[in-house]
Amino acid sequence: MNKIFEVPLYAYERSPDQDAPTPVRHPVIVIGAGPIGLAAAIDLAQNDTPVVVLDDNDKVSFGSRAICFAKRPLEILDRLGCGHEMVEKGVEWDLGKVFFDDRQVYEFDLLPEEGHEFPAFINLQQYYFEEYLVNRVRALQAQGKPIEIRGKNKVEAIGTHDDHVTLEVQTPEDSYVIEADWLIACDGANSPTRRMLGLDFVGRVFEDNFLIADVIMEADFPTERWFWFDPPFNRGQSALLHKQPDGVWRIDLQLGWDIDKEEEKKPENVIPRLKAMLGEDVEFELEWVSIYTFQCRRMEEFRHGRVIFAGDAAHQVSPFGARGANSGLQDTDNLIWKLQLVMDDKAPESLLDSYDIERIHGADENILNSTRSTDFITPKSEISRTLRDAVLDLAEEYQFARPLVNSGRLSVPCTYDGSPLNTADALEQGPARTRPGSPCPDVPLGDGFLLPKLAGKFTLLTIDAEAPDSFEESGIEVTRLALSVKDDKTLALKQRYLGAAPSAVYLIRPDQHVAARRESWNENIFRAALRRATGQEQQK
Amino acid sequence: MTELTLTPNIDSADDFYADLLAAHEGLSKAESDAFNARLILVLANHIGDRSVLSAAIEAARRKG
Ligand SMILES: Cc1cc2nc3c(=O)[nH]c(=O)nc-3n(C[C@H](O)[C@H](O)[C@H](O)COP(=O)(O)OP(=O)(O)OC[C@H]3O[C@@H](n4cnc5c(N)ncnc54)[C@H](O)[C@@H]3O)c2cc1C
Repeated sequence: MNKIFEVPLYAYERSPDQDAPTPVRHPVIVIGAGPIGLAAAIDLAQNDTPVVVLDDNDKVSFGSRAICFAKRPLEILDRLGCGHEMVEKGVEWDLGKVFFDDRQVYEFDLLPEEGHEFPAFINLQQYYFEEYLVNRVRALQAQGKPIEIRGKNKVEAIGTHDDHVTLEVQTPEDSYVIEADWLIACDGANSPTRRMLGLDFVGRVFEDNFLIADVIMEADFPTERWFWFDPPFNRGQSALLHKQPDGVWRIDLQLGWDIDKEEEKKPENVIPRLKAMLGEDVEFELEWVSIYTFQCRRMEEFRHGRVIFAGDAAHQVSPFGARGANSGLQDTDNLIWKLQLVMDDKAPESLLDSYDIERIHGADENILNSTRSTDFITPKSEISRTLRDAVLDLAEEYQFARPLVNSGRLSVPCTYDGSPLNTADALEQGPARTRPGSPCPDVPLGDGFLLPKLAGKFTLLTIDAEAPDSFEESGIEVTRLALSVKDDKTLALKQRYLGAAPSAVYLIRPDQHVAARRESWNENIFRAALRRATGQEQQK
Repeated sequence: MTELTLTPNIDSADDFYADLLAAHEGLSKAESDAFNARLILVLANHIGDRSVLSAAIEAARRKG
């Protein structure tokens, strides 16, 4: 087995809190050091908000889990200080091939849009992803930032109060009580926090099993995503082959519903299946094998007073389309700046309700997409299989049918249309992709890129428009970034932010979503837009 | 926006209907179902307009 699964990343150490005479109160506690909990904590600590992460484990999460990470999460990780490491280690791919029965029906090129710092997608094992986040935590600690991970600290009971939360934590030595002003629950799909608070988690279970295997092999399969419908080596089912770093390959084999999971997982049953797929003479070694049943579900509300849920604890999707960790990172990206404004008394607590609204919108979009992919990949009725097979048959011959083939729609960030934080669009003829609520698309700027200049604070982006260099409203500082299409050699700035408009002023949130835009600066309007984007004013 | 046409619109309707039957000749039930599915998809793509397609789905559901 790979060593990374066995080495503790954040070994248990006794905390002074365990010996305190009365429970110690922390501003923020995060439960769970998975991808989402770590991202939340890094985001807080970067801005000097003290945070403690509790995890009942002390290692990377084991097994075959996330491998595909999309551009938007990579941009978020860049803001958190570890996007480039992920890209350097990760495998980039653009080409996908779709097979039906024993033939290739077509291939597609993701054709990523030019002019973005980060690629459309990388493949990277979740254990590397978590390791790099932990490395980032260590780097922040070395800079004296207030962040702590406590391994083998299992939360066993939670008491909720109007203005704080109490936690009972079990360690290898004893159990202790601590308190938090705010609790962020990132404790995964089986969230004990959710259970302890008696909260629901409703949705749909797909009656199907998937064998997910990570194998190490020296094979000359190209760096492409190969997806099979009804292949000879897995009749009536689907299969996926995808490359990861270090010569590791991800294989998904659909197994159907009525199977004996324990039997299927045994190497003597797995190996013949893989040989049938890869070829008798291909040498490989199993890194990990799991059998999963997938579901799509979410909590009714993500915020419950002082307890806020994020990541798989709040919503769970089937992995087709790689939306789990990808969307969880967008949760904390959305949450942390809001929580910090509330904690600093710069915004009312009700600002946090917009986290619920915006991220439930995101979760529903992800659930819809994953459900549709799952329905295509594993048809649930005779007729849905007939229609599915008709699409695949036609796709071989006719281009028109190819967009209907759904082996997973790749994760893209959602636009918060209708969010109470948006100010109505006032940029006539502005591009739709940057309307209020949209995540800002990247743009090349000389020798750098736009997004790093928008990170983590409110920005007034002006394009060939006048405006003050900064302004302050309710204690929140907004700084201007002045750009001109004269310097826009690739025309990406014009295409993505101006459209046919001659100039533009954008108010951009700390999470790089557009709050408001119009053709020119107007002090009253932008002050009102800022108040609105921070929950201080409802639209009249 | 185009409306769904629900008045007679096929040239030589009897010939078309005969062609349709002929296309199914000799096919098993499963092959016929597959053929119908392909035909629906080809026609749907030709129409393209989502509102017309939705109206067509609704019209077929109401069956007349
Ligand atoms: C086969 C498969 C493939 C996937 N592929 C992708 C993909 O390609 N792309 C993608 O984006 N996503 C993918 N996902 C989803 C992704 O793995 C999850 O969305 C992601 O791990 C969620 O992160 P999280 O931090 O919310 O939860 P988790 O990773 O589940 O972390 C929860 C943490 O909470 C801790 N914890 C639990 N209970 C307690 C307690 N009582 N006290 C203290 N700590 C506790 C756990 O130890 C754990 O560390 C895939 C998932 C699977 C299963």
